[in-house]
Amino acid sequence: MNFDRIKEKLNILADAAKYDVSCSSSGSKRQNKGKGLGDSSGMGICHSYTEDGRCVSLLKILLTNHCIFDCAYCVTRKSNDIQRAAFKVQEVVDLTINFYRRNYIEGLFLSSGIFKSPDTTMERLVQVAKKLRLEENFNGYIHLKSIPGASDELMHEAGLYADRLSVNIEIPTREGLKLLAPDKDRKDFLQPMKKVKDEIIRHKSEKRIIKSTPKFAPAGQSTQMIVGATNETDAQVMYTAAYFYKKYQMKRVYYSGYIPVSYDPRLPSIGTDVPLLRENRLYQADWLMRFYGFSIEELLNKEHPNLDSDVDPKLSWALRNLHLFPVDVNKADKQMLARIPGLGMKSVYKILGARKYRNLNWEHLKKIGVALNRAKYFMVCNSKEWEKKDLSAMNIKSLILQNSSSKFRNTYNNQLNLFDKQDALIQY
Amino acid sequence: MIFIYDASFEGFLSAVFMAYEYKCKQPKIVKKEKFMGDFFEEVEEVITSEEKAIRVWKKVKAKCGSRGSQQIYWAFLSELDEIEITLFQYIQHALVSTKDITKDYAHPAVLKVAQTVKQVGREKHRMDAFVRFRKTKDAIYFATVEPDFNVLPLNVKHFKNRYADQKWCIYDLKRNYGIFYDLEKVEIIQLDLPASILETSTDFFTTEEIQFQHLWKNYFDSTNIKSRKNTKLHQQHVPKRYWRYLSEKYL
Ligand code: SF4
Repeated sequence: MNFDRIKEKLNILADAAKYDVSCSSSGSKRQNKGKGLGDSSGMGICHSYTEDGRCVSLLKILLTNHCIFDCAYCVTRKSNDIQRAAFKVQEVVDLTINFYRRNYIEGLFLSSGIFKSPDTTMERLVQVAKKLRLEENFNGYIHLKSIPGASDELMHEAGLYADRLSVNIEIPTREGLKLLAPDKDRKDFLQPMKKVKDEIIRHKSEKRIIKSTPKFAPAGQSTQMIVGATNETDAQVMYTAAYFYKKYQMKRVYYSGYIPVSYDPRLPSIGTDVPLLRENRLYQADWLMRFYGFSIEELLNKEHPNLDSDVDPKLSWALRNLHLFPVDVNKADKQMLARIPGLGMKSVYKILGARKYRNLNWEHLKKIGVALNRAKYFMVCNSKEWEKKDLSAMNIKSLILQNSSSKFRNTYNNQLNLFDKQDALIQY
Repeated sequence: MIFIYDASFEGFLSAVFMAYEYKCKQPKIVKKEKFMGDFFEEVEEVITSEEKAIRVWKKVKAKCGSRGSQQIYWAFLSELDEIEITLFQYIQHALVSTKDITKDYAHPAVLKVAQTVKQVGREKHRMDAFVRFRKTKDAIYFATVEPDFNVLPLNVKHFKNRYADQKWCIYDLKRNYGIFYDLEKVEIIQLDLPASILETSTDFFTTEEIQFQHLWKNYFDSTNIKSRKNTKLHQQHVPKRYWRYLSEKYL
């Protein structure tokens, strides 16, 4: 192995790949077989964390950053004056295996700029995965990017070797996409997505009858949207996400605050803050939708096209629906407990477990580790006094804000300033 | 009464057996190496007995189920001061109760055990994540660690499943023992390691080893997005005390 050459390529091609935020390595059920290398049947592991606190679990690289397309929001775009490089198939295989054996990574996340054509690119990606599986008996995690426009046959083959496939839709709205990525057509993303979805369903049902049916993308597919590159609303982002979850049975939708990479006048210019707070709120809304039983319409609608920035979406929803509170924690069902602001699912299960033994009061709740600083305004328990008395939504909100030190306080202030300048619609 | 035992799990279970035998309701159970002597209380030295240990363990399993007994073992591995007393109270509570007590978090011992198990679990997962193998000249993937708790027994399964086709060893420098997989089975071993083991000297390690460490460090550096920097979050995830084992941090 020529380490100097590899190092140079790695620097370029890892740098270009880092904007894809997904680094999940869970959800696959691939087990080590025949004393091979690797196992991805458990939860994915973060082997390190970047200095901005994101999980490093996969070797995330591009096969090449040569690209024939010119998407404005992308560092790899054709018109960008940057160093280009390309890995050979075997080089990626060797790197993956050697990193994996040292317990640096859970596996490989391979994406690519589009060289020559979507199919040539996809074919090369598939080759890497195939070699890893068949020649190296590698059972670690493989995430391949589905190249927009790749043929159904290649997508089929990709699914046989990869644990997860993803196509990034990047721009949440049709108009935005037209403006920023004129070479791309929405249907080029959707076709591979649909193919993968259909195959997953087909393999699953065949597996029920014939046990030896091979796995097909056992960790499902995911996609990513860039937020803040166009002037889309949170509602537009989240309704698109909800649609993909439903229609294409996405395992995950990722939201990535736009990181300015160009002086293109169609985009926020270099030096603009990354909208981290907004990104965080979108993830919160996403969780509420997937794990807390909220429907998208409850969180975002015509009256509320954007998520509040000063409070999280669950609190915001509760403040709009005070008539449903307070909830009696000794009686309420799981769904309703999950709707109490400040209570995570873990706390919900703790309450459900502990209340089997006794009627819970504030002391019990504190003891079992339920955080009450938000929740106390929205619940009653086996104690006389409770907090809501006759507080209005405004009162509760200001009490909560006084007592919380958000990790985003600083960012939040900065971004508020920014919004003020732009006369944004933030109401206090 | 104070029961001193040899620090092994069987020893602890034997101590529980003896406490019951002596009808002692509030025993202190202390590791021999930690025992400082006591003028006022009666001291009893526990003789570790596999048979007694098994009898206690069976009873505990019957009462607490596999989840509860696993919790006891995990909490034991924390080696926290006085964890034995908490575990005794936990077992006591389980034996008299007619219900399953493993989720009775309002009981102080149950809560303490649950919290300790969580800490131990976190440390176990950190080891799964932060172990960094370095390839030695005789083709063994070798890692050194210093976990806060005695978690290596809990890591065996994970590493054995994952690295079935390579020899590996994870060595706990603090407790001076390691787990070693020879392509067949995992064994506990003790080694005389040179003080310089943390450096990747070519006396022990292959020449390409240091190259791969650099490649990894390089990779790690390129994943960083400067405009998103968040040092506090970073250190929360990767506490500083682990950095000396992570090539991406020390190189
Ligand atoms: S096709 Fe992909 S790699 Fe190429 S410019 Fe567009 S987003 Fe970037």
